[in-house]
Amino acid sequence: MTIYQTILPGGKHWSFTMRRGSTLRLTDVEGRGNAGMLLHNPQNLLERYNAPDTLKCQHTFFLTKGHCLYSDMGRVLCAIISDDAGWHDTVCGTTTRAMVDERWGKLTYQQALNDFHQSGQEAFLVEALKYGLTRRDMAANVNWFSKVAADDSGNLHYVENHSPPGTSVVLRFEMDALVLLHTCPHPLNPAKAYPAKPIAIQIGVAGAEASEGCRHSAPENARGFANNDIYLQHATVPC
Amino acid sequence: MLKESDLRAEAAIMRRVVGAGDFFFEKLQKGQTLRIVDVEGNQAADTLFYNVEDISERYSAVDTIRTQGNIYLETGTRLISTENNVMLEITADTVGRHDTLGGACASESNTVRYDLEKRHMHSCRDNWMLALALNEKYGLTKRDITHNINFFMNVPVTAEGGLDFADGLSGPGKYVEMRAEMDVLVLISNCPQLNNPCSGYNPTPLEILIWDTA
Repeated sequence: MTIYQTILPGGKHWSFTMRRGSTLRLTDVEGRGNAGMLLHNPQNLLERYNAPDTLKCQHTFFLTKGHCLYSDMGRVLCAIISDDAGWHDTVCGTTTRAMVDERWGKLTYQQALNDFHQSGQEAFLVEALKYGLTRRDMAANVNWFSKVAADDSGNLHYVENHSPPGTSVVLRFEMDALVLLHTCPHPLNPAKAYPAKPIAIQIGVAGAEASEGCRHSAPENARGFANNDIYLQHATVPC
Repeated sequence: MLKESDLRAEAAIMRRVVGAGDFFFEKLQKGQTLRIVDVEGNQAADTLFYNVEDISERYSAVDTIRTQGNIYLETGTRLISTENNVMLEITADTVGRHDTLGGACASESNTVRYDLEKRHMHSCRDNWMLALALNEKYGLTKRDITHNINFFMNVPVTAEGGLDFADGLSGPGKYVEMRAEMDVLVLISNCPQLNNPCSGYNPTPLEILIWDTA
């Protein structure tokens, strides 16, 4: 069941709260897109997505179906229940104002109106400030639809054309989460022109069975879900 | 690249042994050099840096690895801030490489990695929390705890995207040294982890040395 759907044009930002049990489908409409994401617990903004904890407990350098996105409090913010891309980056951060100006040329709002060149860092900060979050609350973000691999010597390689048009990823939220989202380019995208790629957003609902595969994909995830059960039990105690 | 230091321990302005499970939280001035010694080997030094002038600028793991195009830290690595400024540069290293992807152990992440009933065991994040709580003058709180460096830890990544905690490359007396390019606060937790081989199940002391500008 779809509750709401929209398209966020390339180089833009938005934020919204996902409720436990809701799903978020992101679709790379034209291909070669990037969606930057940070997550916070709206009931305790100090609790946030933690990329290193997410990677190390699942022994992975990237994100795909079967993985969970963990908060720094050992809980599962959301589970990746479907994925066409096979690899999403979470170790390369986001673009700054200086990086965008240097690589793609400075293009101000006065010059280009809503087609001005946004940076990922500023996009996150604008949304973050709406909830009382600041630079001090920023963390390593997810870059949905982007692939950066490391070779045996540790050298990073950005993979071009990783995400064909129509590539989707679906998240089921296992607790309420504030989502800070932008469609600014990946910081290693070598495109000559500022790549303004739209991302479609579809919000729906799904039963707990939708994330059973993630809960049981590793013993670590079973324990992560158990932490959610402990945290959320007060929400199910009858009055 | 392995590189030994020319600095002599006798010339250091500070020498301090930090026991396992303890923290080191001090200012380092621009131009000063910090050395962390893995005294008995197989230890992990979970380290964060903050700009003294503006604590909202801090060490950034993702900006550091993206800027140098490599996930491992070694001699010559510039430690980059969230504002993409150089905070420190690694000037000597007898280990080979260090991790900045694995994050720190925390009571909460330990429940996921090992067992829910291990939540009471000491951790790097709890160690940092105590350091912040006892040093309110710096104005740092939990929100400022970000993704750290694990000096002496070996976390290899494969081309297929696997990530694991491997036996360390470090050994008794090995060290890493870095020069500050701005005034920074240095926050180190000497890792108390007892559940994985990164400390050989036997956490041991670190020694910290600081030299003034040469």
